Amino acid sequence: MNKLSIFTKGFFKENAVFTLLLGMCPTLGVTSSAINGLGMGLATTFVLIMSNIVVSLVKDVIPDKVRIPAFIVIIASFVTVVELLMQAYVPALFESLGLFIPLIVVNCIVLGRAEAFASKNNVFYSFLDGAGMGLGFAMALTMLGAIREFLGSGKMFDLVIFPEQYGMLVFVLAPGAFIALGYLIAVINKLKKA
Amino acid sequence: MAKTESTLINMVLALLIITVIAGGSLGMVYKVTKEPIAMAKLAKQQKAIEEVVPGFDNNPTDEMYQLTSKEGYALQVFPCKKGDELLGVAISTKTDKGFSGEIKIMVGLKPDGTILNYSVLEHKETPGLGSKMNDWFRGSVASQSIINRDPANAKMTVSKDGGDIDAITAATISSRAFLDAIMIAYNTYKENTDVQSATPTIEKGANHE
Repeated sequence: MNKLSIFTKGFFKENAVFTLLLGMCPTLGVTSSAINGLGMGLATTFVLIMSNIVVSLVKDVIPDKVRIPAFIVIIASFVTVVELLMQAYVPALFESLGLFIPLIVVNCIVLGRAEAFASKNNVFYSFLDGAGMGLGFAMALTMLGAIREFLGSGKMFDLVIFPEQYGMLVFVLAPGAFIALGYLIAVINKLKKA
Repeated sequence: MAKTESTLINMVLALLIITVIAGGSLGMVYKVTKEPIAMAKLAKQQKAIEEVVPGFDNNPTDEMYQLTSKEGYALQVFPCKKGDELLGVAISTKTDKGFSGEIKIMVGLKPDGTILNYSVLEHKETPGLGSKMNDWFRGSVASQSIINRDPANAKMTVSKDGGDIDAITAATISSRAFLDAIMIAYNTYKENTDVQSATPTIEKGANHE
């Protein structure tokens, strides 16, 4: 496996949202606007990169039988760091993501990469894997957020494209998340086969 | 390096070291971000006060006092003055009658109780429905707006309940909750304030936080 493919597999081939269907809770929950999706994606990316690096650094020191609790402590620490930093420096984004930031701890992507990749590979590869997976996740969330925001409220990154009253409200609500995600996955699958 | 064996002592030590390091570094981050977080909260509150009672030149946060509503909520009252004249008060009010959870609103009242403006501080209402309360009740549509209404001679309930205010389309519960929060602020302020002199009838410093 070369270095480039470790990084790029997260975007398309093994994209957490479109291909693995992991991390559905934040994916469906926060993507009511593009900026929320991007913010959540980047927060998760930061946690993924940092936890992958640390896990791969300490992988030999940690006894096998307690590796999962050890990984969770590492991940939870970075999530709390992100939470505090966002609260301090981007309070507006923190408010709209709110509850979902602490939930990054139980995001199966983060623990999944720590267990499946970082605990078996060196630091540099783990960093690449975390960055690729994280940015792929951020990309998926931003796409989904942009589509829902556009269809639901006629905006894209808060830029008004058409007046809000013509928007389809359902896309801002939970059912719209499922519908939009379903179509998005269908399109991506079609593209992959072509 | 060889993999550490899963003996009891190794497991205990590994977990102990990891949690100690994690705890220590979190403490450090908390210390660094404590002040910016407090500042961000204060700035938000200050901005909301400026929005609902514009034009004051004192520091309302310094003169803040608390009133207790009938429902038992502790409401913070920020008197906004220009020179010695009381322009109005900004009251941080809330209700738990929202569609999903608590709604916190900063509402500006003139000393006589007329509503100046409001700013929604916090809510968890449905995006696209109840969340419209940010702008709905102060738009140009007279039957929706609560701005410049004096609750003493207006029926501050939604039109469905026989009141004067048009509720947000498809979000009657959120609208009721919104007006509920506003009225909690108004009633509490009226009950505790001598309208003629516009001074609180309770001992000021006594309720300071």
